Amino acid sequence: MTERHQDRKIVVSDPERCSGCGLCEYVCSMVNEKTFNPHKSRIRVIRRGLVNMAVSCRKCKDPVCVASCPKNALSQEKHTGIICVDEHACTGCGWCIGACSFGALNLHPDKKIVYTCNSCDVFNGVPQCVQWCTENALQYITAENLAQKIRQKIVSQLLETREVAKTENCNK
Amino acid sequence: MLGYAGRILYLDLTTGKSYVEKLNEETAKKYIGGIGLGMHLYLTKSKKGIDPFCPENPLVLSVGPLTATVFPTGGNGHAFISKSPATGGVGESVSHGTFGTELKRAGYDAVVITGKAEKPIYLLIDDDSVELRDASKLWGRSPSEVEDAIKEEVGDFYVRVAAIGVAGEKLTKIACIINDKTRAAGRTGLGAVMGSKNLKAIAVRGTNDVTIAKPEEFFSMVKEFHERMKGPAAQKYRTTGSTENLTIQNNLSCVPTRNYNNSHFESAENISSTIINQHYVAKIIGCNSCAMRCEHQAIIKDGPYKNTMTRIEYDNLWAFGPNCGVDKLNFIIKAAERCNYYGLDAQSTGGIISFIMDCYEKNILTKENLDGIDAHFGNASAMLALIEKIGKREGIGTTFADGVKIAATKIGNKTEQLAQHIKGLEVTGYDLRCLKTTALGCAVSFRGADHNRSGAATIDLRGKVDRLKAEPGRGKIIKELEDQYNLIDSLIICKNAKGTFYKEYEEMTKLYNATTGLNITQQELELAGERIQTLAKLINTREGLTRKDDTLPWKVMNQPITDDGPSKGAVVTKNELDLMLDDYYQARGYDKQGIPTTAKLETLGLTEHLTIITKKEA
Repeated sequence: MTERHQDRKIVVSDPERCSGCGLCEYVCSMVNEKTFNPHKSRIRVIRRGLVNMAVSCRKCKDPVCVASCPKNALSQEKHTGIICVDEHACTGCGWCIGACSFGALNLHPDKKIVYTCNSCDVFNGVPQCVQWCTENALQYITAENLAQKIRQKIVSQLLETREVAKTENCNK
Repeated sequence: MLGYAGRILYLDLTTGKSYVEKLNEETAKKYIGGIGLGMHLYLTKSKKGIDPFCPENPLVLSVGPLTATVFPTGGNGHAFISKSPATGGVGESVSHGTFGTELKRAGYDAVVITGKAEKPIYLLIDDDSVELRDASKLWGRSPSEVEDAIKEEVGDFYVRVAAIGVAGEKLTKIACIINDKTRAAGRTGLGAVMGSKNLKAIAVRGTNDVTIAKPEEFFSMVKEFHERMKGPAAQKYRTTGSTENLTIQNNLSCVPTRNYNNSHFESAENISSTIINQHYVAKIIGCNSCAMRCEHQAIIKDGPYKNTMTRIEYDNLWAFGPNCGVDKLNFIIKAAERCNYYGLDAQSTGGIISFIMDCYEKNILTKENLDGIDAHFGNASAMLALIEKIGKREGIGTTFADGVKIAATKIGNKTEQLAQHIKGLEVTGYDLRCLKTTALGCAVSFRGADHNRSGAATIDLRGKVDRLKAEPGRGKIIKELEDQYNLIDSLIICKNAKGTFYKEYEEMTKLYNATTGLNITQQELELAGERIQTLAKLINTREGLTRKDDTLPWKVMNQPITDDGPSKGAVVTKNELDLMLDDYYQARGYDKQGIPTTAKLETLGLTEHLTIITKKEA
């Protein structure tokens, strides 16, 4: 098992593909809480007309949520980067919620403690939300691979435009 | 009883008081949810002959057992039910999006609203808290603006809103109720019932769990349906969208054009789904937990209506396109957007405008009668000008806003022959002269002219029957389709997903049982579909609708199709209609007048409503 930060995978959402359906929220709550309730989901969908996106924990290096907790209830798993919450220590004060730049932590409506993405089934492959997304808008990926994919996409788009320009010139 | 919230909320807007009753298992099994449960509540809580705008007339909002689960297209619907101000019979309209899911999570299967608030209010349901809030600042604003304002006021982005526009406020009988900005419970004018109660909007926030009986079985079905929804059954909706119907139907001369003067639109190519998708559709978005998202969001990119955004489907495309003779997409999209702005049913609005244009072309109405509007067929600017008049209910808008039936009575001069409606509800984009199974379906539809009560157009268009022929057997086809559609609207599954059910009853039963754990049999579910139909018929019978109301518009029966092509000469004669009606009533177990028999009510367990038919018999 590696300890390199760059090998940590996170759930990322492609706003171009996301239809804002919220399937991931339902699946998450069923897997982790045995019920359908988006209010108990560790991934949350933002639906803003044409641009939709799902947001969950980014597994930051030196996570500010962990640093901000006055009760030392939060910790980060070394191997996976998952943020763990000590259910006995957490008082539900919500300081970490305010500290996170992504709104990736939530207060559990029943337990009154914070919770965030636990990368369910991570050792079997990919988290359930990624498995169930019907639009293939979610990926479980390392930051490095994500950057690679974006670079490749942008370059192929660029080449495509140039090819088109070339053909147009030939036709003149 | 899982899946269901198990509670019904009763609210009196006059006193502001509310209480909750349990939904018992018996009622749940009998009426399923959605329109079934809603019509049951309506029939038992309303009085015969009540004015739809009377404060005592209940407005029922309901969700289905699947609502707020992850079942694709089934987890997101809600229905409104009341007496329709347009038809005088039962009014119901289903919508999807995200609104219904919050209501279920707030812990309600239905909300029964009676009374009338003293001044404009909106209803805020936040789990157990039910609050009436001042809406004087929201009065006069569009549903979309209202949604933003309420979210801002409540301070919660996830609060879901269903609201009426100006049309509903002014009791316009084609007013709809819009949720999630672009989704509408469009038909039968229930927005006006909301307006008559001074109820501008319903805002809901729910945080409770929705738990199902057999998660494993349920999820294996979800997985299966996800796969089916990637396949051919849902391909049209996922890709080109329902606007594709235009080309298919136009090739068969089945597109009512210029208020039924033609059945083929010569300029259909200019507004085809290919052009819509290439030049207008910015993104296809989805309802809550849907796996076949179909909501084609169109944006106008240039010209005076630049940046207008609205949802485009076959229905609004037809209403403002072929139906009004307009082939300019910028104007059609703008028209659809204006309907959402004022809270108008786009199909009925298009029906009214084509009626006005028809009267204008026949010199029954002139420019002077129409506030200076040159209402020729095809005049796109005139179409938009008329929407403004109808939406604001200003000037000539007052004459026409309540639909073509009422307008024709006001104008006289035999214009009822030009008014394309059934029971007071305007027709939709399927030429009934050459789609005869659909014609029967629309004639007997309990909410008036609407293809969505039986969906028989699919049978006609795919050639499963001879669409130009009226013959015995069509009654049974319509009966079976209606029963299925009733279940679809009561479980609340999206009708676009009907094709993904390969064995309708069997799979719906499995789904219902996996969700609720109530373990009903397939026969029980089939019977529920039939029961819901007869329940609607009982409401209509109580309100005085009879066989004579199960009819077709004048042009459908008297003006054969003139366009060259596969439908030339088609018309539905009185004899053909009578033949099909007799056949249908027989298949339903109704008498010759279309009234359910005592024996039928006994079979369906509806004897509590026996007095409705015995009084008729006496």
